Amino acid sequence: MNIFSWLQLILYLVVLIALAKPLGLYMSRVYQGEHTFLDPVLRPVEKLIYRLSGVHPDEEMNWKVYAFAMLLFNGLGLFIVYVLQRLQGFLPLNPQGFGAVSPASAWNTAVSFVTNTNWQGYGGETTMSYLTQMLAMTVQNFVSAATGMAIVIAMIRGLARHTSKTIGNFWVDLTRSVLYILLPLSFILALVLVSQGVVQTFSQYKTAPLLQPITDANGNPVTQQVLAVGPAASQIAIKQLGTNGGGFFNANSAHPFENPTPISNFLEMLSILLIPAALCYSFGKMVGDTRQGWAILAVMTVIFVLLLSVTVWAEQTGNPAIASLGVDIKRTNLNPGGNMEGKEVRFGVANSALWATATTAASNGSVNSMHDSNMPLGGMIPMWLIHLGEVIYGGVGSGLYGMLAFVIVAVFVAGLMVGRTPEYLGKKIEAYEMKMASLILLIPVFTALVGTAIGVMTAAGKTGVYNPGPHGFSEILYAFSSATGNNGSAFAGLSVNTPFYNTALGIIMFFARFWLAIPALAIGGSLALKKKVPAGAGTLATHTPLFAAWLIAVVIIVGALGFLPALALGPIVEHLMIFH
Amino acid sequence: MTTQLKKQSAVRWKLYQRAILDSFVKLNPRWMVRNPVMFVVEVGSLLTTVLWIQALFGKGEAPAGFIGGVALWLWFTVLFANFSEALAEGRGKAQAEALRKTRQTTQAKKLPHPDHQAKYELVASSALRKNDLFMVEAGDILPVDGEIVEGIASVDESAVTGESAPVIRESGGDRSAVTGGTRLLSDWLVVRVTADPGEGFLDRMISLVEGAKRQKTPNEIALDILLAGFTIIFLIVCATLLPYSLYSVGTAGVGTPITITVLVALLVCLIPTTIGGLLSAIGIAGMDRMIQRNVIAMSGRAVEAAGDVDVLLLDKTGTITLGNRQAVELIPVAGVSPRELAEAAQLSSLADETPEGRSIVVLAKEKYGLRGQTMGPSESAPQGMHFIPFSAQTRMSGVDFDGTSIRKGAPDTMLALVRSSGRPVPSDLQTYVDTIARSGGTPLVVARNGEALGVIHLKDIVKGGIKERFAQLRKMGIKTVMITGDNPLTAAAIAAEAGVDDFLAQATPEAKLKLIRDSQAGGRLVAMTGDGTNDAPALAQADVAVAMNTGTQPAREAANMVDLDSNPTKLIEIVEIGKQLLMTRGALTTFSIANDVSKYFAIIPAAFASTYPALGILNIMHLATPQSAILSAVIFNALIIIALIPLALKGVPYRAVGAARLLRDNLLIYGLGGLVAPFIGIKLIDLLLVALHLV
Repeated sequence: MNIFSWLQLILYLVVLIALAKPLGLYMSRVYQGEHTFLDPVLRPVEKLIYRLSGVHPDEEMNWKVYAFAMLLFNGLGLFIVYVLQRLQGFLPLNPQGFGAVSPASAWNTAVSFVTNTNWQGYGGETTMSYLTQMLAMTVQNFVSAATGMAIVIAMIRGLARHTSKTIGNFWVDLTRSVLYILLPLSFILALVLVSQGVVQTFSQYKTAPLLQPITDANGNPVTQQVLAVGPAASQIAIKQLGTNGGGFFNANSAHPFENPTPISNFLEMLSILLIPAALCYSFGKMVGDTRQGWAILAVMTVIFVLLLSVTVWAEQTGNPAIASLGVDIKRTNLNPGGNMEGKEVRFGVANSALWATATTAASNGSVNSMHDSNMPLGGMIPMWLIHLGEVIYGGVGSGLYGMLAFVIVAVFVAGLMVGRTPEYLGKKIEAYEMKMASLILLIPVFTALVGTAIGVMTAAGKTGVYNPGPHGFSEILYAFSSATGNNGSAFAGLSVNTPFYNTALGIIMFFARFWLAIPALAIGGSLALKKKVPAGAGTLATHTPLFAAWLIAVVIIVGALGFLPALALGPIVEHLMIFH
Repeated sequence: MTTQLKKQSAVRWKLYQRAILDSFVKLNPRWMVRNPVMFVVEVGSLLTTVLWIQALFGKGEAPAGFIGGVALWLWFTVLFANFSEALAEGRGKAQAEALRKTRQTTQAKKLPHPDHQAKYELVASSALRKNDLFMVEAGDILPVDGEIVEGIASVDESAVTGESAPVIRESGGDRSAVTGGTRLLSDWLVVRVTADPGEGFLDRMISLVEGAKRQKTPNEIALDILLAGFTIIFLIVCATLLPYSLYSVGTAGVGTPITITVLVALLVCLIPTTIGGLLSAIGIAGMDRMIQRNVIAMSGRAVEAAGDVDVLLLDKTGTITLGNRQAVELIPVAGVSPRELAEAAQLSSLADETPEGRSIVVLAKEKYGLRGQTMGPSESAPQGMHFIPFSAQTRMSGVDFDGTSIRKGAPDTMLALVRSSGRPVPSDLQTYVDTIARSGGTPLVVARNGEALGVIHLKDIVKGGIKERFAQLRKMGIKTVMITGDNPLTAAAIAAEAGVDDFLAQATPEAKLKLIRDSQAGGRLVAMTGDGTNDAPALAQADVAVAMNTGTQPAREAANMVDLDSNPTKLIEIVEIGKQLLMTRGALTTFSIANDVSKYFAIIPAAFASTYPALGILNIMHLATPQSAILSAVIFNALIIIALIPLALKGVPYRAVGAARLLRDNLLIYGLGGLVAPFIGIKLIDLLLVALHLV
């Protein structure tokens, strides 16, 4: 890597951290119902939405009602996305005349978009009509992200309030997330992306003559190419900002119409982690101690930088097997070197590795390079970031509530070590919170590992594998991990648009999302009820570097203990076989 | 001396014998299922034993010797955990039994009605029920706990408290409770029984250390859930490893799939057996440590809460200050020599038997060199002196002799006396009085024949070393509040001198109760001591309430701990024991989980050696063979439980250094130590196995 590659990585982190405070502050004002500069425009719209939908914004909910509203809303979303795909042939805005999507694929896609996973078993430009893309995909891109944000805000209220039965109103949190945060940010980003050359049109696919005519498999000459276009920029903006990741085109952000320039690439990468990072600041603000938010953001950033370095190192090192074929993979002033398989030349090693790490740290799942072609360790780190529970920044909302579950476990053990029954932000951590936090830690291990076990044991699971051996194992493990983490990225060497994978991954995405969301809300509800213990000299401080280091250790050790054996049989052994 | 040592070691050996026996009894699955972590180990032990038997018949998945070795050490793991629990129980029971011995069935003199002259009936103490009345006379042993309804007597409570000086017990007031097993030295008492047999506080305490009746405390339950969570995670990890291994063998085309024996071994090594095995021993040992300090806790929950205490309410008298005020200074008014005042003060107090009076005599002698005088005829008072004792009406005391009358008393009454005898009030007198009062002292004005001579400064004496204890408590994050009946001015001065954080002056039982409620409403946990019946409501409200053994029955019932030594400073030790208990849990949990890292490095390369030899590079300990690696990890995992039993029973030492230092130190010792120690331990065991040709 040359100096410019390093500078790009540093610039990325600096801009990300610098934006966390202003955006975090703004979001905390939005969720606490305080005045914001967008009020003159948006307040009337918000009020109108409440009037039309019959929502009483001042009615607070307890956690069970909140969870019920959340499930109801998402259940309805699931139904609509499924129906739109099945009926798209009869609906307008379908210039290519696509027919109904198959039931298994429609189920998979519906769950995938409702759960903020955006796993894509289909190719967008060859399957979905414009209407489906906009009304099903783009709408879910907004509301599934808003759902995650609402859940974490409700949980934060549980920490901030005391002796309170309620944790907010789901409909209000949902509406405000979309209206005040996601829409304005997406609007700005979409415009900038269009300026960079991302397409945004309702017209039919374009036909262009080939500069160099080729012949197809049957020997017929091919002189022209069909270029898929569509209303892409608007969907890409929210796909990045809402940690959705479902590309308009099959190649996702590796596609030149989806991510044409270094600037669009930088902004799209920045958007992946922007809201999750800023939510940490909002958290600190809302619990009345911004140091708490900074501590968590620091923990995320340290782990991110550590793992990013491994990915960059692995990809820059390159593959000795390719080098032995006479390909020059050494870095020189003229040749960036490293492993360029599956990478876009306009992004190179550094920006591809950074994207791969960021998209899996957050549960985004969009890609600008093919993770399957990464070096074994360069592919392992993204996979392991998913295994850590998607808590290193994580999905919008979901990352922070997952991290807070880790905090609860870390506080519990550390609290005991200072000789008190554990408390976090003045709230006693007791059996109920432990039960819910354990569930949040446990369920991803269960769905990812058991799913993979089924995958490797059944013929249906194994038929999709193109590369048997450790790499094939990694592909299956990655697929089930991605579904578990609601990530959506894939090791593309596995063909997953089969009834087995569509169904199994759909089920896993569903449970991994809602089985974690409900315990998170339960923790919020239970903590809200409790009294606040004032901090003293005997209280464990949770904003110090010491506690942050402990939290890093807990996240890494729990993640390692759960997945090390599986990784040993996949990327680790693959790495050792290449290099030793 | 040597015989005593022998006796001790014999007792200890007996304790061990019983604990060993109990560890087998506790293998009963119905008992084991209470502890999910160790239950999993027991199931694993059974499973490997079956595999071993299968291997003996030549159909095993691995050599019988290897499977047998793993099975054996898995059983040891369970037994070691049971042993730790049995040992802690045994020690608690031994202590409780020593107490119980003092109350073997004795004869009780049961009375039909509360009259000591009524005819009593001799019954066995076990036949006494709550609210029965009985009589005890000098030389009798009290059969059960009770409340005195009539009489006053001196009681030898050394059997329960270890304190040999007899104490006075009488009906009414704050010293009306008597404990079964103590002996009456003089007089007689009529006592009402306060608890049915088997419900006295000794019985309750015994049940707390006896496993069967022991209830898990809230924090134990929460920790259990976390440990169960980890156990389930590792169950999933190990269970899915079999299909992964089958797939890997299938695609690689070489090697054999992982055996069930290795999977079980891996599982047991990974699940937190160290903390899971020692958890209940830690809890019981906490109770034991209380008993060792002569504190009887009524519930494990109370011990746990003690670690959380934020506010400590301490009575001023007896806890912070010595019981009595002492004279520290004599200040004469202008025109009076110090010696003149000292003489008058000394004379006025000669016959004054109160501690304050005596301290004036001592001060006059030590500071002003006045020799002792007598009340009888002497040079200055040929007819002898007449002592005027203090009375509530006059509010002064003194002496009359030879037409001289000396009085000392509270400033307001003395000023009235001076004025009524037509003398002027010295201009500086009021200044001295105010200065003393402001400094927290009590001023006494001395007058001779109606002429004010000066002021005696009486002062509460703060106990030596108490200020340092409070500074320590502050570092622990505990706020101390002094409770006193004094006026706010006096209270403030003493509070400042003793270094308490706050005080409650002119305290009434209602004010105390309100203070506790207010603190609790702010989320704080309050601890207090008390002995009087009027303390009972506050004791019932406090989170940690320690009743003095000398206290009344209502006070003891309202409290959740009883201090047999009746030492109010004990509260500080109780807090430390509570903290130790929690710290031990946290430290061993950290240690247990940190251990897992090394076990992966031992077992993963060994388990897949036949399929992926490349993984051998992870064998950073260079363990001899796959089998020795797995056995070493299992053996280390079992032995570490035995090695940590002393720590579990003694507790992680607590130092008052603040949370940040404690966390740092414990993380270094148990976190980093837990990461590194097993690498060394497993390697050593592996070397030993190879040296002994066992693998």
